[in-house]
Amino acid sequence: MELLVATAIGIMTAGGLYLVLRLRTFPVILGMSLLTYAVNVFLFASGRLTVGAPPILRDGVTTYTDPLPQALVLTAIVISFGMTAVVVMIALGAFLGADDDHVDDQPDTADTKPEGKA
Amino acid sequence: MSLFLIVALPFFGALLPGLMNSAGRSACAGVTFTVSLAAFVGLLTNLPSVLSGDVVMARVDWMPALGLNFTLMLDGLGFFFALLILGIGLLIIAYARHYLSRDDNMGEFFTYLLLFQGAMVGIVLSDNILLLLIFWELTSLSSFLLIGYWKHLPEGRQGARMALVVTGTGGLAMIGGMLILGQIVGSYDLSVILANRDLIQADPLYVPALILILLGCFTKSAQFPFHFWLPHAMAAPTPVSAYLHSATMVKAGLFLMARMWPVLSGTPEWFMIVTTAGLVTMVLAAVIALFKHDLKALLAFSTVSHLGLITMLLGTGTAFGAMAAMFHILNHATFKAALFMSAGIVDHEAHTRDIRRLGGLRTLMPVTFVIVTLAALSMAGIPLLNGFLSKEMMLEEATHTTLFGMPWLVPALATFGSLFSAAYCFRLIGHVFLGPVRNDYPAKPHDPGAGLWLPPAILVVFVVGIGIAPFLAEPFVKLVTASVLGGEAEVPKAYFKIWHGLVPALFMSIAAVVGGLLLMAVYNPALRLWDAAPRPEAKVIFEAIVEAVARLARRLILPLHNGAFTRYAVIGAIAIVAAGLHAWISGTAAAPTRTMQPATPIAIAGWLMLVGATCGLVLMHRDRLLSLILIGIVGLMVSIGFAFFSAPDLAMTQFTVEVVTIILLLLALNFLPKRTPVESSVLRRVRDAGVAIAGGLATFTLAYHYLLRDAIGTPISEFHLANSYKGGGGTNVVNVILVDFRGFDTYGEIIVLGIAALLIYALTETLLRGPVRARLLNRKPDQPRAGDMHPMMMVVLTRVVMPVVLMVGFYIFLRGHNEPGGGFIAGLIVSIAVVMQYMASGFAWTSARLKYPYHGVIGAGVLIAGLTGIGSWFVGKPFLTSDFTYVRIPPFQEFELATAALFDLGVFLSVVGAVMLSLESFSRLARRADETDSEYPMDIDPSRDNPPPDAVQPARESV
Repeated sequence: MELLVATAIGIMTAGGLYLVLRLRTFPVILGMSLLTYAVNVFLFASGRLTVGAPPILRDGVTTYTDPLPQALVLTAIVISFGMTAVVVMIALGAFLGADDDHVDDQPDTADTKPEGKA
Repeated sequence: MSLFLIVALPFFGALLPGLMNSAGRSACAGVTFTVSLAAFVGLLTNLPSVLSGDVVMARVDWMPALGLNFTLMLDGLGFFFALLILGIGLLIIAYARHYLSRDDNMGEFFTYLLLFQGAMVGIVLSDNILLLLIFWELTSLSSFLLIGYWKHLPEGRQGARMALVVTGTGGLAMIGGMLILGQIVGSYDLSVILANRDLIQADPLYVPALILILLGCFTKSAQFPFHFWLPHAMAAPTPVSAYLHSATMVKAGLFLMARMWPVLSGTPEWFMIVTTAGLVTMVLAAVIALFKHDLKALLAFSTVSHLGLITMLLGTGTAFGAMAAMFHILNHATFKAALFMSAGIVDHEAHTRDIRRLGGLRTLMPVTFVIVTLAALSMAGIPLLNGFLSKEMMLEEATHTTLFGMPWLVPALATFGSLFSAAYCFRLIGHVFLGPVRNDYPAKPHDPGAGLWLPPAILVVFVVGIGIAPFLAEPFVKLVTASVLGGEAEVPKAYFKIWHGLVPALFMSIAAVVGGLLLMAVYNPALRLWDAAPRPEAKVIFEAIVEAVARLARRLILPLHNGAFTRYAVIGAIAIVAAGLHAWISGTAAAPTRTMQPATPIAIAGWLMLVGATCGLVLMHRDRLLSLILIGIVGLMVSIGFAFFSAPDLAMTQFTVEVVTIILLLLALNFLPKRTPVESSVLRRVRDAGVAIAGGLATFTLAYHYLLRDAIGTPISEFHLANSYKGGGGTNVVNVILVDFRGFDTYGEIIVLGIAALLIYALTETLLRGPVRARLLNRKPDQPRAGDMHPMMMVVLTRVVMPVVLMVGFYIFLRGHNEPGGGFIAGLIVSIAVVMQYMASGFAWTSARLKYPYHGVIGAGVLIAGLTGIGSWFVGKPFLTSDFTYVRIPPFQEFELATAALFDLGVFLSVVGAVMLSLESFSRLARRADETDSEYPMDIDPSRDNPPPDAVQPARESV
């Protein structure tokens, strides 16, 4: 089970990184979302994996999962939604303003005219 | 008056001149004067206890854990310097009122001046070296503002920058030195440090600490080779030069050397460095000063020279040297400030400071002439003036000082320096005031009003008074010396006298004066010789060094920071992986302590879907809609994974967030291109894949490694599990952590979420007001539109479902404390319910029916959460302490009431507001000109298309 979770984290990280390195905004945003999943799962897994023992107190139950990473990850999920929304908004604003969804500045090409020629 | 008040007065007073600016120049200067006077009087109220030898202390703990406390101390030395700073400050303020022209912003000037004054007083009264460092940096900053006060002058800006760079660099070095000192002693309190001479001097780090601290002192006090900034700082208005560069700031380095004298001095290192630097500075600057034609440049180099003299005296490490140093600081402050102000008067009246264009001012400006003559002769070391006394003491000390094993070296150089010093003093008098009256002055010079000449005249009274009756100053100087020496040496018995008999110092003094007169006789040939001699220009060297450093930095940084996000991401990823790899290689891994849990077929199936979707996403990311669906699958599998691994709250949160995220991305995709073109080369893709795989491998290894090992320490989760019900009154530990144990965190997080939503709203507003608006309104859809955008099935279904969903949200919210759920999840569920209405029935229809602006909802949420936290103050508990009780209202069963629920309500409202505001902003972008907003829920409505005859058609909103 641990191997499954660890590989899942690794694959999501790799996929996220690859997409983050793309040149257009949309894949970069998706890549960051993938990285967010990976990080959240990673943080969650720091409480080690427990099956069938939720952090809800019950009489007679002695094994519980680690509640602290869960609490931290819960807020992280919500915050990452806010951050994704902001990044999407910025990307959208940039695209609408410049009609270009490149992540990096593009070198000026066509619109530089040689001097002296109108 | 409390020491705190003395230090704080100038800082708070600095707010006033700006406010009084419009009330007129006199009011502005008057309020500044009053502030300084109050601090001055406050200082004087402490005089009796200082005179009786007590040390006045004031202390407030600031950050005791760091050893940083707001501790102030007033002893003889501190009192002496504070007296100089505040006393001369008063004269300068009066002088500046008349000096500055109508074009100068007086409020700005006096604000800077008071900031500087406060920082200087802070330095001399600090008992904590960290506090002292803070004030030290503040003087660098405020003097930067003062030197660059005439912003329109390039020299002013350059001089200010140079001063800041040099003194700032020294300040940095000094921070290092002071921290070492604090580490050696184990305390940052001066009173403790000063009592540990042996401990410090025996420490192997003594020499580095000494060098670093001296770097700070030498840069501040313009000692060779850092002397060059002071003359360039003369571009400042003359009151600034008179204040900063004669009496106060440049003395800060001397002050610190005096303050640290008991613990740092007396070693060969101290003697060698300080005496040599002082001696070189004194001689070199005196020679340069003689050949400067700008009055202020001459005075600047002469100041450097005298600072060197005092440094040398402190360097000798004898009690007599320290006493002479203190006495000369006093004397130098009086005659040099007077000279600077007089130079300002000449500049003000004759409109030039060039000595070659002056001369013969004696009859035109008799008052100024008397002031300058007395002050300059004192500087030259003529008897019956105070400069003579301390110079005599300096020469006396020099005869007892042996440097590099050559007993003649120090006396000879001291006499040589004094000779040049006397010469430039004579030149100052002779070439400016004596000689024939000229008829080519830029302006007709005459004596100024009393406002300008009175402040220097007051100083000259001291020059003459101390010169004639040195016994008046003697007790005070000895008191100051005693506090410099600490308990390390006896105050010398020597008396301050004009006539000491035929001692060597007298002959050296005579030689210097006579030599100075002779040198003036051959001034013109000497000047030609000087002009012919090659000499390095400090400013050019300085600028070359700065330029070289900047070029190096540019060469290092530009390849890394070329403005391309992709490059940052690559470098960042590689750096993180490399750091992890280093840790992995250099560390050791313990054996696994946990056994691997067997994988169930369901888990494997889930894993396959997750991995498949991720791989598909990467491979097919060019089709953006498809990739959105695939990432939805990934999110879904992650939330199922959370549920599988005993995290029901997380699963619900992830699931609901997934829904709103996908809606958000769909809204964005509406505008963006639907496909990503192939742009990067194969090589580049291989490189990116390499980075990605390396990063993935790293995280996999790390995760796998710790999943099979138990935590090294006991996790604090045990505490949470044990106290959740007892202390927080809830059985859902995750929720109790969120709203109780770590409530403050959560409070911060809902604020961040709210800010993010407001940011999105603000960006949308900006877009809709700018040039993008027209483009958005005239946009042609690039995809075929649905014929029935708001189908009846959907409208009806969502309306039926709406109360049910709200009910579920309410239920999830209420049970959150004890069962999976809570404010976050409930907020997301309710948001989804509202979003469904937007999607099914259209933007206009839904907006018209929602009365509450989402900003207000966010604000209400944060307010409720905050007020809940504040509520605990009223019962004397810290912020956000929760409480709960059980009540029973018949006929219901007993139930729990917790303040945490109120806090959770705040969380709930913030989440709803933030999610809705973000989504609403996005959908506002989608409205177009060619489509009028429909206020009907459905596009096709049989009853609307065949209206009953008496129904009135509602007016349509125009866009």
